[in-house]
Amino acid sequence: MSEESTVILDGTGIERALTRIAHEILEKNKGVENLSLVGIRTGGVYLAKELAKRLEGIEGATVQVGEVDITLYRDDYKGQSLNMPVGKTDFPFTVEGKKVVLFDDVLYTGRTIRAAMDAIMDHGRPACIQLAVLIDRGHRELPIRADFVGRNVPTSIKESIAVRFDDQQKPIEVVLEK
Amino acid sequence: MKSFAHKDIIALRDLSKEEIELLISTAETMREINNRPIKKVPTLRGRTVINLFYEASTRTRTSFEIAAKRLSADLVNISPSTSSSTKGETLSDTALNLLAMKPDIIVMRHSASGAHYFLSKRLPTCSVINAGDGTHEHPSQGLLDMLTMKDRFGRLDGLKVAIVGDITHSRVARSNIQGLTKMGSHIFVAGPPTMVPPGVEKLGNVTACSTMKEAIEDADVVMMLRIQQERQGKTLMPSTGEYAKYFGLNPVNLKLAKPDAMVMHPGPINRGVEMSSFVVDGNQAHILKQVENGVAVRMAMLYHVIGGEPE
Repeated sequence: MSEESTVILDGTGIERALTRIAHEILEKNKGVENLSLVGIRTGGVYLAKELAKRLEGIEGATVQVGEVDITLYRDDYKGQSLNMPVGKTDFPFTVEGKKVVLFDDVLYTGRTIRAAMDAIMDHGRPACIQLAVLIDRGHRELPIRADFVGRNVPTSIKESIAVRFDDQQKPIEVVLEK
Repeated sequence: MKSFAHKDIIALRDLSKEEIELLISTAETMREINNRPIKKVPTLRGRTVINLFYEASTRTRTSFEIAAKRLSADLVNISPSTSSSTKGETLSDTALNLLAMKPDIIVMRHSASGAHYFLSKRLPTCSVINAGDGTHEHPSQGLLDMLTMKDRFGRLDGLKVAIVGDITHSRVARSNIQGLTKMGSHIFVAGPPTMVPPGVEKLGNVTACSTMKEAIEDADVVMMLRIQQERQGKTLMPSTGEYAKYFGLNPVNLKLAKPDAMVMHPGPINRGVEMSSFVVDGNQAHILKQVENGVAVRMAMLYHVIGGEPE
C-alpha cells in the first residue's frame, strides 16, 4: 500500500484533541441547548459519538448523534463512486431549527462536507451548521473551513491520511502514509 | 467493495446472489428518502429516463416514475397509444430513434418475452431495465417481493414460499422463482393443470403441487397470482367461480399455512377470484407494503445500472 507510514496522532493525542474540541463547542454555543451532532459515515460517526460522551460528561445533558451517508450526494458520479453501496442516513431528531455540529475525521477537498450539508438541508433548515474535524490536511477545492480542528497537518497531495479505529469503534491513531 | 457490474437489469436469472443482495440492501436504505418531508436526492440529476410501456400498466409505470423523480432524473413516458408503433414502426427503429435523443436508461414493458435482450444489443450506451416482458420475467416485482419477505422474516434462506395461480403466464412467478432459488428459499407452485407448465421444477428450487392445500400447508409466504384475463381469455378455466373454489385464497384455507404466514399479491387484485376480500383486507396481507417497497427497489435499480459497466 505505502512505503512509509508515520503515526501523527496516537490514542492519547486523539483523546486530548476531542476533549479540547468539546470545550470549544461548549464555549462557542454556550452549552448544549438545541445542539445536535451529525457524523459523516463512517469515521465521523464514531468520532461524533466520542465527542457526545464528552459533552454529556461536562454538561450533564444528553446530546443526540445523527449519521449521514453522502453517497447519493457526491459530485463525482461519472467516476467510480456511483454504484457504491448506499449507507444509512439517520437523524434521531428533527434538523429544523437545530444547531448542528457536523463531524468528519479528515477535512481535505471539502467536497464531502458540501455533500453532507446538502444531505442535512434536505431534512430541514437547521439554525446553523458548524464543522468539526479531527484532522485538517489542506488542499481545499471549495470555500469551506472548519470551526473546530483537532490538528492541522500540512500534507502533499500524494500522501494519504487515515484515522484507524478498533473493534469498539474507538479511535486508535492517525497515520500519514507517503 | 461490492459493486454492480451490469449495464442492464433484464432478468433475475442473469444476476448473482450477491448482486441481488446488493440491490435489496440499497433499496432498504432508499426507503429512508421516501419517508422524508423533502423526498428527493440529487443522485441522478441531469440523467434522462424513458418509460417505454407497450403494455398497460399503472402501478409499475408510476412506481418507476416516482423512483426516477426521487433520484432527480428527468423522465419521459411513452405509451403505445401515442407512439409510432401504432403507425408500424419496428422496435429496432424505435430504439434507434430513442437513442438519438441520448437517454441514459430505458425502462420497458413489452409483450414479447426477451424483447429487452434485443433492445439492449442495439443500445450500447443506454441502460435497459425490464418492467415486464411477455411471460418471461418481471425483475423489479421479484426484488420488491423478496424485500417485503425479508422485512417480515429477516431472511430469505429456508423460507417456504407458495405461489398459486397461473404459473404458465406469470412473469412475476418466474422472477420470484429465479430470485428466491438463489436466496435459498423453497418454492411450491400450484394452479389448474392448464396453468402449470410441465417441467416447472427445472426453473429452480421448485416443487409442483397438484392441489392448493399441498402448496400452502406450513408455508411462510402465500403469494397469489392475478388471473390474467387479458392473456389467457376464457380458454384455460371453466369459470372464475370454479377457479375461486379450487385455487382461491380464503380465511379457511389460509389457516393451513403457518400462523404468522404473510399473504402477497402483485396486483391488481380480482377480489373474490384469486383472493377473498377477507384475506385482502386482513392483517396477514402485505400487499400495500409490496407497493411501498416497489418505489425503493426501483430507485435501487436505477441507481445501480447507471454505475454498471457494459457487459
